[in-house]
Amino acid sequence: MSEQPSGAVASSDLEAAARNTEQTAAQEQSSPAPSPEDGAGRMENLSMQAALNRALAETLAEDPRAVVLGEDVGRLGGVFRITDGLQERFGADRVFDTPLAESGILGMSVGLAMAGFHPIPEVQFDGFAYPAVNQIVTQLARMNYRSRGTMPMPVTLRVPSFGGIRAPEHHGESLEALFAHVPGLKVVSPSSPHEAYHLLKHAVAVPDPVIFMEPKSRYWQKGDVFPDDAGPLQGAKVVRPGRHVTLVAWGAMVARCLQVAELAAEDGIEVEVLDLRWLKPIDAEGLAASVARTRRAVVVHEAPLTSGLGAEVAALITERCFDTLRAPVGRVTGFDVPYPSGDLEDEYIPNIDRILFGIQRVLEYRRG
Amino acid sequence: MDNNLQPAALPAEELRRLYRLVTAVRQLDLAAIAWQRQGIIPGYAPELGQEAAQVGSAFAMDPKHDFVFPTYREMGVALTMGVDMTAYMSTHKASWHGGLYDPVQTRLAPIQAVVGGSVLHAVGWAHGQTLAGNPGVALTYFGDGASSQGDVHEAMNFAGVLKAPVIFFVQNNGWAISLPTEAQVAGGTVAARAAGYGMKEITVDGNDAAAVVLATREAAAHARAGHGPVLIEAMTYRRGPHSTSDDPGRYRTLAEERRDEGADPVRLLADRLVAEGIADSAFLDAALQDANANADRVREGVMALGPRPGSEMFDFVFAEPTEALKAQARAWREESEHV
Repeated sequence: MSEQPSGAVASSDLEAAARNTEQTAAQEQSSPAPSPEDGAGRMENLSMQAALNRALAETLAEDPRAVVLGEDVGRLGGVFRITDGLQERFGADRVFDTPLAESGILGMSVGLAMAGFHPIPEVQFDGFAYPAVNQIVTQLARMNYRSRGTMPMPVTLRVPSFGGIRAPEHHGESLEALFAHVPGLKVVSPSSPHEAYHLLKHAVAVPDPVIFMEPKSRYWQKGDVFPDDAGPLQGAKVVRPGRHVTLVAWGAMVARCLQVAELAAEDGIEVEVLDLRWLKPIDAEGLAASVARTRRAVVVHEAPLTSGLGAEVAALITERCFDTLRAPVGRVTGFDVPYPSGDLEDEYIPNIDRILFGIQRVLEYRRG
Repeated sequence: MDNNLQPAALPAEELRRLYRLVTAVRQLDLAAIAWQRQGIIPGYAPELGQEAAQVGSAFAMDPKHDFVFPTYREMGVALTMGVDMTAYMSTHKASWHGGLYDPVQTRLAPIQAVVGGSVLHAVGWAHGQTLAGNPGVALTYFGDGASSQGDVHEAMNFAGVLKAPVIFFVQNNGWAISLPTEAQVAGGTVAARAAGYGMKEITVDGNDAAAVVLATREAAAHARAGHGPVLIEAMTYRRGPHSTSDDPGRYRTLAEERRDEGADPVRLLADRLVAEGIADSAFLDAALQDANANADRVREGVMALGPRPGSEMFDFVFAEPTEALKAQARAWREESEHV
């Protein structure tokens, strides 16, 4: 099976990403770090790939116990180039290639954490996390518990996640519900370069295992990053306010929901978009605060419907907002099918039309 | 002196210490089986026959620098390392899965119930020593059954590639519950696999405590010198059941046990000590009395272990607990303790 980037990650994208990263590195080297006073309003337009690369570089520079490991993360810089240039800059002790075995990568990360390191392993694609699930579930998630708090696991597992890039089988999976179900794990997914930069830096500082789900279809989209203004690092974030319905999303679905909100606004429907960000712990109060205003909610995710995280979101909303909800919480999700080939993934991933229908169902709901 | 016995290349005092340790392990092991029959503990995984392999290997390690990764059947390792045995045996009292001892302070990782689960951790820990410039060596235990696990193969390959200072210590006790080694290990030995991973291997009589000490010291020196991992296969025999819930009569006969079990490790060492004039029957008797007294003390300690406070379910899930988990803990407390 291919462990190379799919055809959709065209070489031109990779070259562009590399140029971005080189420019970034050049900027970092040519100018001293800004002082807090003049840096407060800094803003840069970066791709998520560059933002993640920057976050890792700063983490490695600031935290001597941080190590990056995985398949092809060293000399190659990762198949998505997220670790581009890091081995060259920090050395092969801090950023190292492992043999091709995901359970080995995770098991080794557990041992490194036992030795006091802050490992940042990468599995190359979401579907490649499956061979590591035993180590993640039976070891990484439980070592702090098993050791009665004497062996915490400050491990941040980076997982290029979700679909949308016409990749081969097992390169487009959405594993958030699986991981969120495991006691001892925390799960987060950034939706933009700004979030990616700050949430990754934060995740590495969390003393617990964090599954960091990067929306791979968003790696090459640029966005404004405010390096000195992280804002709240916990909880959900309203990325577009609205009065009529709350769209709850994470990862790549946030950008899509913002498009939907724009279209709905043309019909006079004011959609609030809530970027959940943390999939465990879910910000139940943030959810409730938004839905208390809008009184309607639709949760959107790429993962299959049944036992997906949307069910948890719906339950949390219902527990807190039952009396004021105008309609049952809607769900617009992938289907209960294996993630399809590229030809069909646009049918599978919630698209703008399906999300608009989901909003319509909730708005038109009448009590029986 | 019996000229057929090779003199052990260990000082007399070390041999005497080894004997006291294997005897303490033997008596505590027998005692724990009795505790299970008496209802003091719900279950136990005996190590009858594996005392020399466990004591000898742990005896060879440097407790200041090294770190040990056990399975669920390494009571003899824990005792040799000086772990508080009440805290260790608490896992069999169902107090806490990983045991109540402090793994950081004792340098014995928490008890591991996943077969082969901790072997990769040893590689990660060992590579960490290399990265940090520390002289530590990781010693990881597993059995002939665990040698089939993919994680064990991944661990050996990672260690070979990284030249990690790890000792893979296989106690080949002949049985993985009901499956004999010949139905488990293709090629006949685990040690043969070391060549494929580019690592040194040592096959040792796992019933001979002194031989195990020497093999493990050789392996530790090799790993500590930066020459990479070592695979030790200690050939021994699981004389008892897999656990106190197991019934070996369903898969092997007493006649087969007597044919296959080899020398009793405790008896073997006693004979050597006496033959070499290192110990007399008074010494052996004193060692047995001390071992029994120790087992009695641990029994009292285990019986004194009260039930764990229910709040501990929640206490160690995260280093930084989530609000959702705190809420569950509060709800549990309100509904179960009516406070």
